[in-house]
Amino acid sequence: MKQTVNKEPSLANKAASGIFVAVVLIGFLWFSVSSIGLELDFSTLYQYRQRLWEGFLMTVIISVASLFVSLVIGSLTAMGQNSRILIISYFCRAYVQIIRGTPLLVQIYFFYYIIGTAWGVDNRYVAGVVILSIFEGAYISEIIRGGLASIDRQQYEVAKSIGLTPVKTLQLVTIPILMARILPALAGQFASIIKDSSLLSVIAVIELTQTVQEISADNFRMFENYLFVGALYFILTFGVSLLSGVLERRYNHEYRVNQYL
Amino acid sequence: MNIELINICKTFQDELVLQDVCGSFDIHSIAVIGPSGGGKSTLLRIIGGLLTPDSGNLKIDGEIIGFSNKYLHSYRRNIGFVFQSKGLFEHLTALENIMLPLVHAFGMGKSQALEISSKLFERFGLTDEKSKYPFQLSGGQQQRIAIARAVAVKPKLLLLDEPTSALDPEYTAEVLNMLGELQNEGLKTIIVTHEMGFAKNACEEVVFLANKQIIESGNSSRIFKNPQTEELQNFLNKILEWKV
Ligand SMILES: Nc1ncnc2c1ncn2[C@@H]1O[C@H](COP(=O)(O)OP(=O)(O)OP(=O)(O)O)[C@@H](O)[C@H]1O
Ligand SMILES: [Mg+2]
Repeated sequence: MKQTVNKEPSLANKAASGIFVAVVLIGFLWFSVSSIGLELDFSTLYQYRQRLWEGFLMTVIISVASLFVSLVIGSLTAMGQNSRILIISYFCRAYVQIIRGTPLLVQIYFFYYIIGTAWGVDNRYVAGVVILSIFEGAYISEIIRGGLASIDRQQYEVAKSIGLTPVKTLQLVTIPILMARILPALAGQFASIIKDSSLLSVIAVIELTQTVQEISADNFRMFENYLFVGALYFILTFGVSLLSGVLERRYNHEYRVNQYL
Repeated sequence: MNIELINICKTFQDELVLQDVCGSFDIHSIAVIGPSGGGKSTLLRIIGGLLTPDSGNLKIDGEIIGFSNKYLHSYRRNIGFVFQSKGLFEHLTALENIMLPLVHAFGMGKSQALEISSKLFERFGLTDEKSKYPFQLSGGQQQRIAIARAVAVKPKLLLLDEPTSALDPEYTAEVLNMLGELQNEGLKTIIVTHEMGFAKNACEEVVFLANKQIIESGNSSRIFKNPQTEELQNFLNKILEWKV
């Protein structure tokens, strides 16, 4: 009979495996770079540190602002999709379908140059956040709608039977169950927001990508510039991924034992 | 406690489920029996204020139950309801499940709620299960905790919809024992059940619901010994056919 081992791998095993993967990845990169005779010199980036820092901050600000706005848009349209009022339901479904079915780049041009101009929005930062939120909101809407649909109807029946008000049901039943289920997907979406914000460079929002384009026009060191900025994006998204791990554990049922005790 | 059903009708998407259900019962312990799909759960949910009938009235001790949201909300707090299965909140521990209605529906302080809950766990031999989540509990334990939660708020009436039909015989016994004990203490109950032994021995009165109506009702030993209607005779014959 085969025995299933249900044990954490040992620390030595973890460390060795980690080092192995790192060596393979770095080795592959180093080999590729050296085989085309490329000499990377990152020191030229040092003089642009102030601009890079500002671009980095702008990317963080735009991403966080878009996260909040897109969560609001996503929650409202997720509920709207199930609305019994057909006009609201159709409107929300059309929104989700159209936004998810077209590239972000097209949306940025369309909303900024056509809708934005028509309605007199000329602050490109505000426009950037709004456009990005509209785009990501459609994905978040689907995540939330799926999460809501996955909750057993019986849970609401139980809430009703013990005399919870609808507001308390939302607060004590729906949201905790929903959050535990959709947090991983939401974190993934936040990482997408960070990366997608780079496209706002096309309307000259001076975030990280736009900054590095400007620097490239100045120092002609494309490879170093983009590799460096790629690393910066990775630091951000990896941070999000770590944070979501912590939150997930907080919301995960097993870890909440004894909360009342 | 008296419950009076007056011409209660309920239709689900063109399907008539209850048709002019009438009856008046002095509740101590009532068992509702009848064929599957006969409308037992529907009637129980109406009595529990979880479902609004299309027409008809429900009176408890002479008071008409108004099926408005506001009325029902306070009405439901005085009625315990136990479901067939999955009656616990999946994201809360057993203890939190019992404390939640005390704290959030009755506005009790946490320490008092904790005290009441702990006593119930002790009393029903569930102390080891306190901090487990529903998915970590056996079906029988889940049902006993669901019953404990329903009685923690000292309801005027406890309704149970087939509380043992998802359980193994062994667990069925442990749940029915707990229930019998509560009934002996004077808790008023209406239970929908397929456990004829329990209906006969632990409940005072039996209501037979079939073909959208209450066909027969009366003292439980009389109902089983001497069924009057043909429908009930057929039903009992069918059900008792495989009895050991
Ligand atoms: N929410 C609903 N929507 C549509 N039809 C329903 C709904 N609830 C119940 N019904 C229908 O009403 C009828 C009676 O259902 P009910 O659950 O009250 O029967 P029951 O006597 O409890 O049966 P069982 O012993 O199988 O639990 C069934 O035909 C069922 O299909
Ligand atoms: Mg039923």
